[in-house]
Amino acid sequence: MAPKIIARNVGKVYETSRGQVEALVDFSLEVEEGEFVCIVGPSGCGKSTFLRILAGLEPLTSGEYQIAPGDDPNKPLNNVVFQEYAIFPWKTVIENVAFGLQMRGVPKRERTAIAMDWLERVGLRKFADHYPGQISGGMKQRVSIARALANDPEVLLMDEPLGALDAQTRTVMQEELMRIWEETRKTVVYITHSIEESVFLGDRVVLMTAHPGTLKEIFPVDLPRPRSHETTATPAYAELTYAIWQSLQGEVMRAMQEQQA
Amino acid sequence: MNHGTRNLLLYVGGLVLVNGLMTGLNLWASYWWAGLFLDFVLIVLMAEQVGHSVPARHRTAYERSLAIGFPILLLIAWEMLVRGGVLNARWFPPPTRIGAALWDLTISYDKFSETSLLGRPWLIPQRLATEGWPGVAALFAESHVWATLGRVFAGFLIGAIPGVFVGMVMGMNRTVRLMLDTTMSAVYVLPKIAIFPIVMLIFANPFGEGPKIAVVAISAFFLVAINTMVGVRDIDPVYIMAGKNYGANRWQMFRHVIFPAALPVIFAGLRLALGTALIVIVAIEFIRAKKGVGYMTFYYWEIMVTDKMYAGLFVVMALGVILTFGLEWIGRRLMPWMRE
Repeated sequence: MAPKIIARNVGKVYETSRGQVEALVDFSLEVEEGEFVCIVGPSGCGKSTFLRILAGLEPLTSGEYQIAPGDDPNKPLNNVVFQEYAIFPWKTVIENVAFGLQMRGVPKRERTAIAMDWLERVGLRKFADHYPGQISGGMKQRVSIARALANDPEVLLMDEPLGALDAQTRTVMQEELMRIWEETRKTVVYITHSIEESVFLGDRVVLMTAHPGTLKEIFPVDLPRPRSHETTATPAYAELTYAIWQSLQGEVMRAMQEQQA
Repeated sequence: MNHGTRNLLLYVGGLVLVNGLMTGLNLWASYWWAGLFLDFVLIVLMAEQVGHSVPARHRTAYERSLAIGFPILLLIAWEMLVRGGVLNARWFPPPTRIGAALWDLTISYDKFSETSLLGRPWLIPQRLATEGWPGVAALFAESHVWATLGRVFAGFLIGAIPGVFVGMVMGMNRTVRLMLDTTMSAVYVLPKIAIFPIVMLIFANPFGEGPKIAVVAISAFFLVAINTMVGVRDIDPVYIMAGKNYGANRWQMFRHVIFPAALPVIFAGLRLALGTALIVIVAIEFIRAKKGVGYMTFYYWEIMVTDKMYAGLFVVMALGVILTFGLEWIGRRLMPWMRE
């Protein structure tokens, strides 16, 4: 079967007042349907830029990409889960989750039912009529994930969605995410800084070089599914995490030096 | 006795001492400022001492009493200073006389100018029975407060509503913003009293309501437009990205993302504009009106009836507070998510 996402030689150049800045260079990636791919790289390597290009939020300057539509032409090709949640403070939790459906013209009763179902699945049914200002960070991120899944896109793009959470909430949410994902097995492109997280969540870990970013290495993750944090106690997990760090380490140093220069 | 009570007694004793000495030795005339300063310090110390021992559930009541208590203390101090001969009663009539003047203004009707302060609302039932609605309308027409409020509302709405629209367009569209921004900042700072004569020329009746409302509208417009523009530009770009990614078209973006995101800032601007409208209209009424709270205040200043003048100023302050509360109430209904 053809890959769900194909990106070939994607490049992005920004024009700034100080000249041209290459954010992304010659980046190629193929993602199969139902695959959970994690992209890891040092700060400023362009991984978020790549995600935004896939999402159609930013144009690329060279190369091409394609997200294969499924059987239903009405389904949106992609939806993004942002790092800062980006759920609207002026809408209630359930209005936020139903937002994508509302924009597509789904009638109120139907979209409320779908949204309620997803709130139930992320454990927030009781908070449907609350405002985002009244719930915690972890809860906000669950709303953000529910909003994406309720919209039923072909592909889920996640930009460090757990980055703003404290370490303990983050650990809990990682398992939550796996549980929810197992139910739908959507194609996911997941950006993170954390190697441990990428190995825990992903089927493959894609490493990027420091700025300007391009593909460095791809690590397949052979750990069994469904995953729980018991997996992190296995030697296979530890070896893989270390191997990735060894590959990434040089890039991180380069990125830090460049920032100091 | 414990620390707290001892301190309280000390402060009270201090107050008695200071005031007693100054009154007894007739020092108020020359050293009123020292007496007031010492009084103030002792009262603050007393209030803080009480504040330490106030239990948590009475905290709000305590803080509210501080907020209300201070102006009351000022009024008492004012009264005392007038009675003690420090303040001239002619220029600074004591609050008790201002209160009496306010009462007098409320209940009386000036036959010559056919005006009263509030429009004698207690006559409404009677007028309705004898003359019907035209009779009631006549009561509104004689009211200074209503004349001023009518101008404020009309000017505010005529200015603020287009202001919000123009501000939003400026916020969303770079070209429009670059074209209009500098011109707006330039016109915004012109004193409204200065442009009032020019505005008068535009209207068929230069001495009617038109120019007054127009000047208020102009002040409101520029303030609200500039403020709204900033509010729209200040929206976190991540919300725009989310809106786009979840399929919002232009109108949906405006209605579901941009407008609600900017609404809190817009409301802050509306509050400023309403206050400014009141200030501008009172100033204009000073120089060019025959009815209105500003006109009334200035009239009594001209004929040196200072207690009624101060009463007029008090009415302006009361209007300001009422309008602000009204707008905030509307804000709370429109923006239920801001309730933290």
